Amino acid sequence: MPSRRSPFINAIAAARSYYRNLGDTASAVVIWALIGALFVWALIGETEALVIGIVTGSVFALGAIGLTLIYGILKFAHFAHGDAMMLSAYLAFFFLTGTVVGERTDTQPLHWSLNDLPGAAEPLMGFSFGYGLLLSMAVAAVAMAIVLVVLDRLIYRPLRRRGSGIVIFAIASLAVAISLRSVILMFWGPSPRFYVRGIRPTTDLPFDIRVVTDQFFIFAAAIILAALVYAILFRTKLGKAMRAMSDNADLALVSGINTERVVTWTWAIGGTLVAIAGVLLALQSQLKPELGFVLLLPLFASTILGGIGSPQGAFAGGMIVGISQEVAVTFGFLSPGYKFSVAVVILIVILLVRPRGLFGAQQR
Amino acid sequence: MKLPLSVADVRSRIKPGDLLAPAAFLIVTAGLLFILADRSGWDASRVLNFYTFFLTFVAIYAMFALGLNIHWGYTGILNFGVMAFFLLGAYTAAIITKPPASGDFVEYIGGYGEKLAFLPFLNSEEWLPFLFGMATAAVVCGILAFLVSIPAMRLREDYLAIVTIGIAELLRRITIEEQWLVNGTRGLPGIPRPLGGLVEPGDYRFVLLGIVVVVLMIVYFAVERGIRSPWGRVLRALREDELATAASGKNVFSFKSQSFVLGAMIMGMGGALYAYAFSALSSDTFNHFFATFLIWAMLIVGGPGNNKGVVLGAYVVWGFWNITLLLQGYDMPGVIATRIPFIREFVVGVLILLVLLLRPQGLMPEVRRVSIWVERHTKATSGLAQESAEQTETPSN
Repeated sequence: MPSRRSPFINAIAAARSYYRNLGDTASAVVIWALIGALFVWALIGETEALVIGIVTGSVFALGAIGLTLIYGILKFAHFAHGDAMMLSAYLAFFFLTGTVVGERTDTQPLHWSLNDLPGAAEPLMGFSFGYGLLLSMAVAAVAMAIVLVVLDRLIYRPLRRRGSGIVIFAIASLAVAISLRSVILMFWGPSPRFYVRGIRPTTDLPFDIRVVTDQFFIFAAAIILAALVYAILFRTKLGKAMRAMSDNADLALVSGINTERVVTWTWAIGGTLVAIAGVLLALQSQLKPELGFVLLLPLFASTILGGIGSPQGAFAGGMIVGISQEVAVTFGFLSPGYKFSVAVVILIVILLVRPRGLFGAQQR
Repeated sequence: MKLPLSVADVRSRIKPGDLLAPAAFLIVTAGLLFILADRSGWDASRVLNFYTFFLTFVAIYAMFALGLNIHWGYTGILNFGVMAFFLLGAYTAAIITKPPASGDFVEYIGGYGEKLAFLPFLNSEEWLPFLFGMATAAVVCGILAFLVSIPAMRLREDYLAIVTIGIAELLRRITIEEQWLVNGTRGLPGIPRPLGGLVEPGDYRFVLLGIVVVVLMIVYFAVERGIRSPWGRVLRALREDELATAASGKNVFSFKSQSFVLGAMIMGMGGALYAYAFSALSSDTFNHFFATFLIWAMLIVGGPGNNKGVVLGAYVVWGFWNITLLLQGYDMPGVIATRIPFIREFVVGVLILLVLLLRPQGLMPEVRRVSIWVERHTKATSGLAQESAEQTETPSN
């Protein structure tokens, strides 16, 4: 039915939608220009910070991809993501070294661990770790996937069945975050831990940059996993179902998609990503129980910056947040303690200027 | 004519869920008193001392929980950054009432304690600076909440939750990094105590409890009154259906901001009381668990949307917290003894989950109430007031 409105009103409506689209494009252009400027400035002036930022960004990117999948498909902010990352890092530590806290605060090595495999602790290709860590990472990934699926069955699925709002899920996941953190503290205590002790081998890059060799591994792992997630999402039937559910869960259900199965797979994939991101984070810095909750800020900043539900967005967002927080502390007026606060600023700015993020779908 | 209530009548009126709240109260009280008595060798005065101290902190935590109840319980604003207002209120009150910074390793701004006691009578140095401190804490928290609300109230609830965590973490980092502001990691010891010079130091805890309880009562009745007013009705309408409220001509953003600011001001006052009661602040005082999660646990356990329930929640959760603290004194295998701080955190997390899953309305469910005027009207005009203003349980979201 063509509307019988006056041409004048139609013209206003057209102009309004034109300017709204213009504003949308303009915010994207401004943000991309700022990011470009930051990148170029960092490349010329602070190349070392840029390299470290890319490594930090790889970890954030992996965490954020998992978060954005859960956020996009299950439609809730998973506040336990950071603590799950930390827990899986500790799980890998446990499988690798077999260490738990004993009677009081002493450490109690178990009789056998993955590092006892023949040659497992031998450094691999110039890295500081051997194949034992890779194996522990894989075991931790499986364990974390199982943990998250079980948590979904126990907690989130009953809430989902009841038709709870997103806020109830947020509170529930916050409670899960507390519990996961206290599990870490119960088994491994509050003091920081490391996978490998001692000085780590470094590599010299051109332009006088020296990086820890492990950081190549972190970067490569992030790229490979991101590509893998992209392939799952866009090249498999499961990925198609996941994207359908992300668009519209009810529509996905009536078109014959087993949504509960998709949910389970989402948690499993999310858990794998969480675990690997956690291990890489611990490899980059250290294992510390308090890190998990603070980590939420860069993770959510990356997710929202990239656009919720968009894995390529989360990857870009993670990189941008990682680079900006490393480069920002080189300006001189911010002390390094403020690193994670950079993410808060990015988060607030993006929510003000462009809440749908760089790659997110436009909300109408 | 109805006869006075018979036993059967009482029985039919009480639902099993109603007994949860008194049961929780009794169990926690009995457990706490027993352990206190046992630990102190059945010394009544020591038990009384500790219990007074305990009640003081229950009252302070109840302030935070009341503020959070306005945010989440009544308006549906998801504030995961209670710590931001707790910290800001506490530090503001502390630096206002302390004397100016002196000494080698002491740096902080403010220090107006002596200047503010300008009234020449009634021992004004004993109470006036503290009133100013508390008022400033409330105002500063209100301003922060207003600034946060400008971008955040227009966003979805879960975005707001992330932003509030971010603000809380940012403030915490600032107090740690900026040495000149509030003495950094060295903290602020020796905060003066209200009415401290008037009584023996040994009896001071009773005075403190009195002060805190009076402030809590004032806040409690103000909140109850506000929530029953038309203003409070709009807040509850916003919680249930934002779109419908907007459609009936209410300015959603404005009402949400007001609720956020008011709740934050109450939290700021709670922070001020905490600073006075504890008399020392340091960066260790504030962490996300202690200053945010625990208060959420009190709210969820007590019953969001019920101010009485929230105070009960503060009592129960803080009671549990102290019982487990006291358990550490017993002879236990080292494996458990060293892990009690972590086990109780775990239990708090699991407790929130259990309440969310099994009894989402909390210990004391919200009371459905249309309007204070309707209640008065029905009470005044008909003898059937009991039936018509029957308080029914609302299903929680």
